[in-house]
Amino acid sequence: MSQMTENAGRLDAVAPAIELIGISKAFGPVQANKDISMTVAKGAIHGIVGENGAGKSTLMSILYGFYKADSGSVKINGVPTTINDSHDAIAAGIGMVHQHFMLVDNFTVLENVVLGAEEGATLGPSLRKARKELKRLADEYELDVDPDALIEDISVGFQQRVEILKALYRQAEILILDEPTGVLTPDEADHLFRILRNLKEQGKTIVIITHKLREIMDVTDSVSVMRRGEMTKTIATASTSPEDLAEAMVGRRVLLEVNKSPAQVGETVMQVKDLSVTDMHGVKRLKNVSFELKRGEILGIAGVAGNGQSELLEVISGIGAASAGEVLMHGEAIDISRHANAGLRRQRGIGHVPEDRHQRGLVMPFMTWENTAFGYHNEPEYSGRFGLANQKSMKQDAREKMERFDIRPPIPQLVASSFSGGNQQKIVLAREIERNPDLLLIGQPTRGVDIGAIEFIHQQIVNLRDSGKAILLVSVELDEIQALSDRILVMFDGVIQGERLPEDTNESELGLLMAGVDPEAKQ
Amino acid sequence: MNKNLPKWVDLGLIPLLTLLLAFAVSGLVVLSIGENPVEVVKVMLQGAFNPFGIGHTLYFTTNFIFTGLAVAVAFHARLFNIGGEGQAGLAGVGVALVMLSYDWPNWPVALLAGTLAAMAFGAAWAAIPAYLQAKRGSHIVITTIMFNLIAGALIGYLLVGPMQAEGSLPESAGFPEAAALPSLHVILGWFGIEFDRFAPANISLFLALVAAVLVWVLIWKTRLGYEIRAFGHSEKAAVYAGISPMKITMIVMLVSGALSGMMAVNTVQGEAERLVLGAVEGAGFIGIAVALMGRSHPVGVVLAAFLFGILTQGGAELQFTLGIPAQMITVIQALIIMFTGSLENLVRIPLEKLFIRAGKGAAS
Repeated sequence: MSQMTENAGRLDAVAPAIELIGISKAFGPVQANKDISMTVAKGAIHGIVGENGAGKSTLMSILYGFYKADSGSVKINGVPTTINDSHDAIAAGIGMVHQHFMLVDNFTVLENVVLGAEEGATLGPSLRKARKELKRLADEYELDVDPDALIEDISVGFQQRVEILKALYRQAEILILDEPTGVLTPDEADHLFRILRNLKEQGKTIVIITHKLREIMDVTDSVSVMRRGEMTKTIATASTSPEDLAEAMVGRRVLLEVNKSPAQVGETVMQVKDLSVTDMHGVKRLKNVSFELKRGEILGIAGVAGNGQSELLEVISGIGAASAGEVLMHGEAIDISRHANAGLRRQRGIGHVPEDRHQRGLVMPFMTWENTAFGYHNEPEYSGRFGLANQKSMKQDAREKMERFDIRPPIPQLVASSFSGGNQQKIVLAREIERNPDLLLIGQPTRGVDIGAIEFIHQQIVNLRDSGKAILLVSVELDEIQALSDRILVMFDGVIQGERLPEDTNESELGLLMAGVDPEAKQ
Repeated sequence: MNKNLPKWVDLGLIPLLTLLLAFAVSGLVVLSIGENPVEVVKVMLQGAFNPFGIGHTLYFTTNFIFTGLAVAVAFHARLFNIGGEGQAGLAGVGVALVMLSYDWPNWPVALLAGTLAAMAFGAAWAAIPAYLQAKRGSHIVITTIMFNLIAGALIGYLLVGPMQAEGSLPESAGFPEAAALPSLHVILGWFGIEFDRFAPANISLFLALVAAVLVWVLIWKTRLGYEIRAFGHSEKAAVYAGISPMKITMIVMLVSGALSGMMAVNTVQGEAERLVLGAVEGAGFIGIAVALMGRSHPVGVVLAAFLFGILTQGGAELQFTLGIPAQMITVIQALIIMFTGSLENLVRIPLEKLFIRAGKGAAS
C-alpha cells in the first residue's frame, strides 16, 4: 500500500467516496438537475431511482465528465475534484457501465478492454498485461469471460461483464452502472448482483441507476430518489419499502399491482401455426411457433429481448415476412409473405402498439394530430376530396384522444418529440385502442414510461381485455408480464419454451424458461 | 424544425444571417482580387434590376424555382435527387420532339403540350434511378449523377445527329412560329405595363409560381404528402403505417423529375424556341442550393431562386462592366451554398444559446 492510500485510509472514517454538492444543470429551458447534493459512503452500494427524465443519468454523466455542471462541486474521497471529461473521471478512479454498451463488436474481449488504455506504440505488451489482469479479476470477482472471444459472439450478459472489466482494468474504485439489468435474464441479473457484492467486499463503491424498485431493495445499502431534477429523498434501503420509494418518485401514492378481475374468455380470435422467420442473414429467428389467442384474454410473451418476440410481432402486424407457417384471424389466413401490408392489417381489426415508438409508433417531428391518425390516415373520416387530408377532423379527433387519455400538455399542435415518454406512449395507445381492434398487439407498453403513466396504461390494457378484445402482450419486464397476463408464453431462441398460468408459476421458474432451461425436464 | 427557436428565427433569421456571412466572405474574396466590394455589389444589383436585366433575372429565377422545387420535394422523402440537370435536359428533348412533330396552331395548346412533354420526359429520366433505388437499393445520389452524364451525352448525340437541323450548328430546327410562348413583355403589355422587349422571361414564370403553390398543397395538405413526409422522417414508421417505401420513392422521384423537366418549358420552348446544347446551364445543380436555402419550403424556394437569379444576372453584368471573370460569381454562389447548406450551425448554435438565455430571463 502506498503512502497516499494510507492517508486516504485515515481520512476514510470521515470522507465519503463520492460527495456531490449543489449540482445544477440545465439543458435549454429544462432544469435537469436542481441543486443536488448526495454522498455515497466508501464501500457502499448506492441506488438512484427516479422516473425517466428525473435527472438520474444527467447527474451521473456530470460525475463521469460527459456534461459540465452549471454550478456545484464534486469531491472524490474527500478531495475536491474537477471532472471535465472521462479521462479526468478515470483518473479519479471512476468507471461507468453505460446502458448501451460502448464496445467494438468485431474486436475481442481483450482488445476492447485495452482499447483507449494502450501503452506504447505496439499492442503486444498491453495485451499481455491485460490478459494477466483479466485472469486475476475473473478469479477474484466471478467475472470470467473468454478474453479471445469476439464481442459479437458473446451474450449481452457477458458483454456487460466486459464493460465492468474495462472499468476495473482502469483501476476504478467507484463503479457507476446505468440501468444494468435492462437487458439481462433474471439469472444473469442475479449473477451481476453477486459480482457487485464481491466488488463491494473488496472496498469498491458502486452506484446503480435503475427504475426497478425490487433491485434496489435486493442489492443496495442506501438509495436516493430523484424527481423532476431534484433529489427528494436519500435513505437507508433497510428502512424503506418499494411503495414508499414509488411515492417519492411520483409524488403520490402509486398502485404497483394491477387491479383486474378473472378473464372472461370467448372464442378464438387468432391462431398462429408453425410460424417461422428467417432473417436476411439466413438466421432462424422464429422456429415453428404455434399458439391461439381468444377474446377477452391477455396473452403475455415473456423473454429476454432478441429471442424472437419482435419478429413475432412484426409478422402478425404485417411489417415483416414469415418464411413458413400461417396466421389465421377469425379462421381466415392473413398474408404473412413479404408482400404483406401493415395498412391492410388494420382493416382486419389488428391494432399494433409497436415496441419502438420512436422509430415506428410515432413520427417524432409530426404534430400530435398528425400522429393520432398515423396508419389510419386514409380512413374516410380523415380524408377530404381530391386526395386531401381532412385536417379539421384530424385535429378534432386528436383533441378528443388527448383528453380521454390524459395526454399532457393537451395541445394537438405539439410535435411528438416534445412529450415525455409516458405521454408519447399514450398517444400511440390512444390511436390504437380507440380504433377498437379485435386484436391488439402490444410491444413493451411501458418501456421508458414513468411509473405514474404505467398505472394508467396497464389499466387501459385491462379495460380493453374486459371489453372482449384479444391482446398479445410482449414485454421484457417480467413483473409486467406477470401482472397483466392471463396466460404466459416464454420465448427463448425463437422457440416457445413453455406456457404457464401466472397463478401457477413464479419468477424463478419463468426466469429459468427465459434462459432456455425447462425446469420440469430437470425434475 | 426546432423547438428551441421561434419559427421566424428558424425560417427567416438564420437563412438571412448565413447569407450575410456568405456575402461577407465573398467581399473578402473580391477585395483579394483588388476590386471594391461596394462597387461590385452596386454593379451586380444594377445589372440584375435595370430594365434590361430584370427580364433576365426573372428568367433565371424561373429555372431555379423549377429545379429548386424538384430537389425540395425529394428532400421531403429524404431522397437526394441531384439529377435535375439530366432530367431538365431530357425534358428539353421531349419539348423539342413534341414541338417539331406538329404544327401547333396557338400558344396555349403548345404550352399545355410542351409542359406535359417536359414533365413526362423529366419524370421518365428520374424513373430509372428511382426504380433502382426502390427495388435494388442502388443509391439515388450515385445513379442520378450518372444519369446526368448519360443525358448530356445523349443530347449531344441527338443534336449532332438525328435532331440536328440543316446547317452547321448542333441545334434542332426552330419551333413553329405560332407556338411561341408569350414573353413577359407581351404579358405585361396586356395590362399596359412596359417591359423590355428582348427579355427572355416568359409565361413560364407564372407556371413556376403555380407549381410552387401546388407543391405546397401536395406536401402539406394531401394524404400523399403526409405519407411522403412520414417516409422522409422514418422509413420504419412508414412501413408500420402501411406506407409502401417503394411506392413513395417512385412517386416522389417522378414528381421531382417532372418539376425539373418543366424548366425546359422556360428555356427550350419559351426562350430558345429550339433545342440547343447546354440548355440547362447548371440550373439543375443550383436547384440543390435553392432547396437547401429555401429549407424545402415552396416560399423559401421561390425567394432563394430569386436570389440566385439576381446573382446569375448580376454576375454576368459584373463580367461585362468590370471585367471580373465569370468564375468569380461561381465562387460567390459556392460560398452561399457552403454557408447555407453545411455551415448553418455556425449561426444556429449561437442563436439557440442566445434564445435560451433570453427565454430564461423572461421566465424568471
